[in-house]
Amino acid sequence: MIDSKRVTLFLGHYGSGKTNVALNYALYLKNKGLKTAVYDLDIVNPYFRTLDGKSILDKEGIRLVVSRFANSNVDLPSLPSEAYAIIDDKTSHAVVDVGGDDRGALALGRYLPEIKKENNYEMLLVANKYRPETRTIEGLIEIKEEIERVTGTLFTGVVNNSNLGRETTEETVLSSIDFMQKFCDITKLPLKFTCVKRELSSIIIKDNKILPMDLIKYGSWQ
Amino acid sequence: MAEKVLMKGNEALAEAAIMAGCKHYVGYPITPQTEIAAYMSKRMPKIDGLFLQAESEIAAINMVIGVSSSGHRAMTSSSSPGISLKSEGISYLAGCELPALIVNVQRGGPGLGGIQPSQSDYFQATKGGGHGDYKLIVLAPASVQEMVDLTFKGFDLADKYRMQTMILTDGTIGQMMEPVSLEKGILNEYDKSWATNGTRGKRERNIINSLSLDAQELEQWNINRFEKYKVIEENEVMYEEFMMDDAEICIVAFGISSRVSKNAIMEARKQGIKVGMIRPITLWPFPKKALLKAADKVKAFISVELSMGQMIEDVELAIKCKKPVLLCNRTGGVIMTPDEVLEKIKEADKIGGND
Repeated sequence: MIDSKRVTLFLGHYGSGKTNVALNYALYLKNKGLKTAVYDLDIVNPYFRTLDGKSILDKEGIRLVVSRFANSNVDLPSLPSEAYAIIDDKTSHAVVDVGGDDRGALALGRYLPEIKKENNYEMLLVANKYRPETRTIEGLIEIKEEIERVTGTLFTGVVNNSNLGRETTEETVLSSIDFMQKFCDITKLPLKFTCVKRELSSIIIKDNKILPMDLIKYGSWQ
Repeated sequence: MAEKVLMKGNEALAEAAIMAGCKHYVGYPITPQTEIAAYMSKRMPKIDGLFLQAESEIAAINMVIGVSSSGHRAMTSSSSPGISLKSEGISYLAGCELPALIVNVQRGGPGLGGIQPSQSDYFQATKGGGHGDYKLIVLAPASVQEMVDLTFKGFDLADKYRMQTMILTDGTIGQMMEPVSLEKGILNEYDKSWATNGTRGKRERNIINSLSLDAQELEQWNINRFEKYKVIEENEVMYEEFMMDDAEICIVAFGISSRVSKNAIMEARKQGIKVGMIRPITLWPFPKKALLKAADKVKAFISVELSMGQMIEDVELAIKCKKPVLLCNRTGGVIMTPDEVLEKIKEADKIGGND
């Protein structure tokens, strides 16, 4: 069982898989019987958004708050006013998908003072060892520190989302464990959980909690 | 083989360019190609290269003329409206016979259009978007891996023929993430004794110019350039054949449309319809011979493309209108579904057999 706080913020390197992790984590909370909402604060990428998973969230009764311009032709880095519910609606768990890198993390600024005041949050670094810029510990530390500088907030944990897309095998996941553990040891951050696509989710990783992932399919060209 | 990594198409293309020895990137941001510029801005300083965000697309392409004149590998990238702005400079590159790599991550048009994927710059790329008698070598990747492979190929062809290569891709391939092996591709050295990189008092000066004061001379330049184009048409055509051995219907599609088409072909085959695909990898030179050969075997062609129907004209010309060519298309940023392609395959299947 992954222990959860009321607010979970997913941040990380551009393309580290934050959107898929956030959607699956929201489904996980919902399955635990918790009222849950997903907030999409991505101001960096107009393609491939939480909106692609909307039908799944609707079916599960998970509220999705996303800019009305996401996936449209309006390339505008805007945030919906309903996003204040992250801090205002304390009856609901909030899963927050933040845009990539330090540029994306900027969007979190206006909500952070309240989130920190309530002090019932996790700020999680989503990391994929198979992304070229985070395949070394140094690269990962660089991204972590850039985001912490911009947000003025320290991460509270790490999510291992190491994958090679559709070519992910058991071996892909297993060979990322030592790397992530080493990163966690150096940064003194706990490894919160490891994401594994559902077909592989029976693999046993010592001392690791698993989040089984149902991947959101983005198009008919895969 | 290099260990696989997970990359966006745009990032993979940028990294491949650096691996291919490009140390000069000049560009200007526009969705959906901005990751190329963003990636270059991070990587170029680390390899002692140059990243320069120009004041406009027009400035960027003119800086490419400068870099290339000095004999270095040069590239720029943009998306559709930005390529229109660069067209004047591309024509100058052609007139000066300067090698360069130009990347177009297409979005919907015309005008400012939209930011979603499109293939409606086919005419602009293959028929010449700028003025004058010239051609570009046009490469169309259909995967993140091909973004890497064709970047190496593109630089090589540009240097080999003193030509301009365009990588014509689209927003989806630029934005999507796939596992990729960052293998070094072709890295041939070509003679660049034409470059204006300083005589050091040891040779006659070189002149790079697209202006001629004499009409006869300008005509001769054009004739010479087209002799070169003939050699390229003879030697550099690339395409992929997919399930064509027993095919009665031939889909012609490139880039993202070819991926949707493959899914439709698999489904049609399950339903007993013999359909295959010829996927042009070079849009110019176009795989005319392969299509003409297929015209003797199949009863119909389907051009699947994200435009109002542009490549279809080249298909009809290539097969000399021997067989009917149907069009399956979406435009404005919408991608066709495999079901829509399947419907068109069924329509083509109703056409009578070989006569």
